Parts: sequence; C-alpha cells; structure tokens
Amino acid sequence: MANSTKAQSNREIQNDQLLDMYKEMVLCRTLDERIWMLNRQGKAAIVASSQGHEAGQIGSVAALRKGYDQCYIYYRDLAVLLTLGLTPAEIIKGFVAKEGEPLSGARQFPTHGAHPEYGVINLSNVIATHIPQAVGAALTAKMKKEDRVIVAYFGDGASSAGDCHEAMNFAAIHKLPIIFFCENNGYAISVPLSKQMAVDSVASRAEGYGMPGIEIDGCDIVTVYETTVEAVSRARAGLGPTLIEANVERYLPHTSDDDDSIYRPAEEIEEAKKRDPLQLLSKQLFELNILDEKEDQAIRENAKTIVNMATEEAENAPYPETTDFHKHVYSE
Amino acid sequence: MPVITVLEAIRDAMREEMRKDERVFVMGEDIGARGGVFLATDGFLSEFGEERVIDTPLAESSIAGIALGSAMSGLRPIAEIEFADFIWPTINQIVGEASKVRYGTEGKLQAPMVLRAPQGGGVRGALYHSQSVEALFAHTPGLKVVTPSTPYDAKGLLKASIRDDDPVIFLEHKRTYRLVKGEVPEEEYTIPIGKADIKKSGDDLSIITYGLMVHHCLEAAQLAASKNISVEVLDLRTVRPLDVESIIGTVEKTGKVLIVYEDNQALGIGSEVSALISEHAFEYLDAPVVRLGGPEVPAMPFSPPLENMFMIDTEKISTAINKLAEY
Repeated sequence: MANSTKAQSNREIQNDQLLDMYKEMVLCRTLDERIWMLNRQGKAAIVASSQGHEAGQIGSVAALRKGYDQCYIYYRDLAVLLTLGLTPAEIIKGFVAKEGEPLSGARQFPTHGAHPEYGVINLSNVIATHIPQAVGAALTAKMKKEDRVIVAYFGDGASSAGDCHEAMNFAAIHKLPIIFFCENNGYAISVPLSKQMAVDSVASRAEGYGMPGIEIDGCDIVTVYETTVEAVSRARAGLGPTLIEANVERYLPHTSDDDDSIYRPAEEIEEAKKRDPLQLLSKQLFELNILDEKEDQAIRENAKTIVNMATEEAENAPYPETTDFHKHVYSE
Repeated sequence: MPVITVLEAIRDAMREEMRKDERVFVMGEDIGARGGVFLATDGFLSEFGEERVIDTPLAESSIAGIALGSAMSGLRPIAEIEFADFIWPTINQIVGEASKVRYGTEGKLQAPMVLRAPQGGGVRGALYHSQSVEALFAHTPGLKVVTPSTPYDAKGLLKASIRDDDPVIFLEHKRTYRLVKGEVPEEEYTIPIGKADIKKSGDDLSIITYGLMVHHCLEAAQLAASKNISVEVLDLRTVRPLDVESIIGTVEKTGKVLIVYEDNQALGIGSEVSALISEHAFEYLDAPVVRLGGPEVPAMPFSPPLENMFMIDTEKISTAINKLAEY
C-alpha cells in the first residue's frame, strides 16, 4: 500500500473472535441453503446466493463499528445483513415477502431497502448506482467531521459501470472515508472476467485514481479482516479511500432464475469448492485447537434450529396489508 | 421593494439558506472560483469555503448520485447541472433512485436534495443548450418539478425546495435569468410547491402555462385586451405536483383553455393538463382544449430562422388566442 504509511499496523485477530466469525458463517450458509430451498419449493420468488462470498462479507464487517459505520451493500450480501444484526426470521420474511420485513416492508426484492439503525442501505437493483451514493454518505461524514467509515460493497460486474469510476475518482480527490469493497467472483451473471476487463485485477485500477488498491484472497477471513482493519484506520485518520478486491467464489448460479450450466463448466465449480471459505475456516480452527468435532456439530445443529424456527415464523407471517400501498411517496 | 433579476433571486435564495442551515451546500461544475457559468453561485466560494462550495469533475451521474447519498445521510445538497441538456446521465440516479428512496425503504430514508438546471431555448443554444427537460422528470411519483417564471417566484420556490424533504428538480429558464426583473421583498418568505398562480385575471379565455412562456402569454393577453378579449393567465409554477384545483378553477371561470409550453408538445405537461381538464371539468368547456407546444423535432436548431420555427413567441400565442376566442 503505497499511501498507507500512517495507517495502523494489522490488528491481530483473537481466537474467540475467529470462533464467532465461524458461527456467523455457519449460520449464514445454513440460512442461504434454506432460502434456496424455499425458492425451489415455490415459496421464495427470487434468490441471489451468498455461498462462497461469506468470508469476504463477515471478515470485512468485523472490522467496522457496527451501527455507526455504514454499509452500502448489493444483492449478494446476505452475510453482511446477518452480521450487522438482522435476524434470520427478518431475512426470510424478505424472501417470502411477508409483513415484518424490516428493510422495505416487502416492497422491494429480498435484502433491499434500508435499516438505518444497523447502518445498512441496499436501495436499488441497478448495478453500481449505490457506489456514488456511498461516496455521498462519506462526504457527509467528512463535512460533519464524524469519524464514520462507509463501505461500498459491489461485485466485479459493477466495477465496469461508469458510476463506479466517477465515484472512486471523486472519493480519492476529496480523501473521503470510504472503502470500495469488490467481491470478485469472476462472473457478471454469465460474462467471465476476461470479457469484463483487459487488466488482471480490479484493484490495479486504484493507482489511476490515486488510492491504494489491494487484491486479496476473499475466502481467507483473517486476511479479509486484517486488510479491512487497515483500510478502516486509513479512512478514520482522514487519509482517504481504499479499494479492496476480495477474490471470492460463486457456487450457485447468478440467481435462482439463472442456469449456469449453459456458460460454466461443472469442473470449474468443483475446483472452486476446494477453497470454500467455510471449510477453510473450520480447518483453521481445528488446527488451532479452537474447535473440535463435537463443538462443530453443536454449532451446525444450533444454526439449523435457528433457521428452522425462523422459517416457521416467516412462513406463518401474513402478507403485508395493502392499506399502506400509497404511503411514503412524499413526506407526509 | 428592490427590483432584481431571476438570476439574482436564485443566488439570494441559495445564499440565505446556506447562511441559515449548515447542512445546505452546493456542488456542480464550475460553481466555485468561476461562480457558475451563469454566475448563480458568484461569491459563494469566498463566503462559504470549498467544503460547502464543491467544484466537481465533469461527471453528471455522480453529481446526482453523490448529492443523493449526502441527502440520505443528513445533508441538504443543491446540485447544479450546468445546462439541462447535460442532465440525462442523472436520470439513473434521479428517476431510478432518488424518486424511490422513501417508497423503497418504507419511509426510513428520505432524499432532501435539489437538482438545479438552467433550461430552455431562444438563446441560440442549438440542440444541446436549449432543451426543456421537465416532462421526463415529472412523469415519476416521488419527484417534485418546479419551473418558476419570475424573480419573486424563483426565490420563494427555491427556498421551499431547499427546505423540502423530497427530491426537487428545479428548472430555471435561462432566458429569464437576466431578461426578467421584478420586485422581491427583503423580508423572509417562501412559496409552497404545488400551487399555481394567476398572473393575470380574465373572463373569456384561460391560458395555462409556466416558465418563460408566462411572459409571452402575458404580452399576448395584453394585445388581446385591445381586441376586447379578456384573457386569464395561470402560471403553474410547479409541474409536479400539478395544482389541479387551480386548473379546474380557471376552466370553470372562462370555459376556454389554451395550454402553452415550450417543451415538445406530445406527451408533455400540456397533455396531462388537458387530460385532467377533460376528466374533471368537461362540462365547463365551451371549446376543445388547445395546446400550443414545441414541434415534432427532437431539439431546437441553431440558425435563427430554424430556432424561431421551434420557439413559441407572442405572435404565435396571439394567433392561437384569436382562433380560440372565435370558437
């Protein structure tokens, strides 16, 4: 990192913190698998799976001040929502479009809307539009002289959009407290990286904006955490933005409406599963003697119980009343 | 009362609101040291500093997107688009995003922002410095679209727009900037968004209009008076939301309606006004509603005779008045 001499050195991750991250990851994977099943049962209209992205999402959120820093997320950020505080029942309510969905009242696609208390915003389905908005939030933090940090999460597909370029350029000019967190899974729906860009990495573009760009293994949660900690301290110190490119994997089709067998060889997905962030972390925990078979089993059982209860609650919830259909178009 | 131009009224409105409210700031192209290409922010940089007077790169989508993000997080941005013709890259952030902030978050977030842009023709601006853009924004619920005609209205409406909790597209006709002068009180006032104004009272025929055309219509109404045709001129001032009550009120009074607007006529503001009249005031009509709007070409050409073909002027309005009066 060329411009990071004043930033704090990496913070060591504690064992109990690593175990907590693992529990979050198991819960997220269990929840994600359940939601996919709900789609196949005809109960959830649309799903974009986070499987393979969890380490990037959980590791980066762990570096933030929850409820103070703000996350402008995109549709694949289930683990960000879960880690920031949404309950599995609230999340499933979004997928089955039921009353009590806290982000948009089930007006929007699942995971979309906002939860100001948790500092999470996912306004739109239109790729990259949230990146300049996140920069605007970072401008607010700077103008109000708050030490708040904003994280804009986006995929490799969004990195091609003009809004992404304009946003990064402005943030770097004004040294805004923002982290551009690219979850690069190698595909923009069906279009592989080689047809999205002529360069090797998204992070390499950072130099052109005058900010540090770091390409990391997004399946390695410790690396993700430590890299984000450093970017956060740079941002809080007024040193400006950082572009982090976390190389992650996408194990399922783009969404539940996509068929990736048309454009993606099955062997490639099998190969990608060798770096499943969940298995990598569990292996690490076993090696460090933080986790044993028995406890691992208990964590997984607990996650299943939580997700079962959440599913029941969400499925039994009513659909929203139509009485408020016209509300919140303008201030009242 | 002091007499000032539309441009001075706009500058005063922004300056007064910035002095009053720390959350208000301006951003846009050339608005800092240059003071804006029309000098709407002349002197702002020295008074408020670069933190609140932000010269942006030439990148309209992010001007709108960054303004939107700052609005959702608690500031009150006034973003300037240098010419309305350059506003199209903001459609994604304004029509696509800003309009849906409140609805899409069930009221948890709001976007109190103003997007200002000079628009309109008759200034030798050709295809890309003459456009009128109100209809494309006015189509979308969640947005407000303001089109003032006088210094008094411009100041009061801009102040109301800055204080409004919803996104406002504030479209200033650039030909009015220095041409139109008027009295503006020194004391504080605002004008509510969504209220039309009868600029001239009359009995025989109503003209419904807005922006620069208000002034041509007033001239034409004056000429009509010499022929004993009493014309009422209703200035919409805001094209979203439309003041339906005032529109119906003037139809009930005169029974004949001419709608005048510079923007392309088809599917424009006048189309909606005409539909509202036929839905709500059909029984008061003594003649079919007449629209006088821009022609079926995509923008205003450069050469004077071609530009004049596009622009609506007092003469064209007078012809339309006389024809409608005879009906």
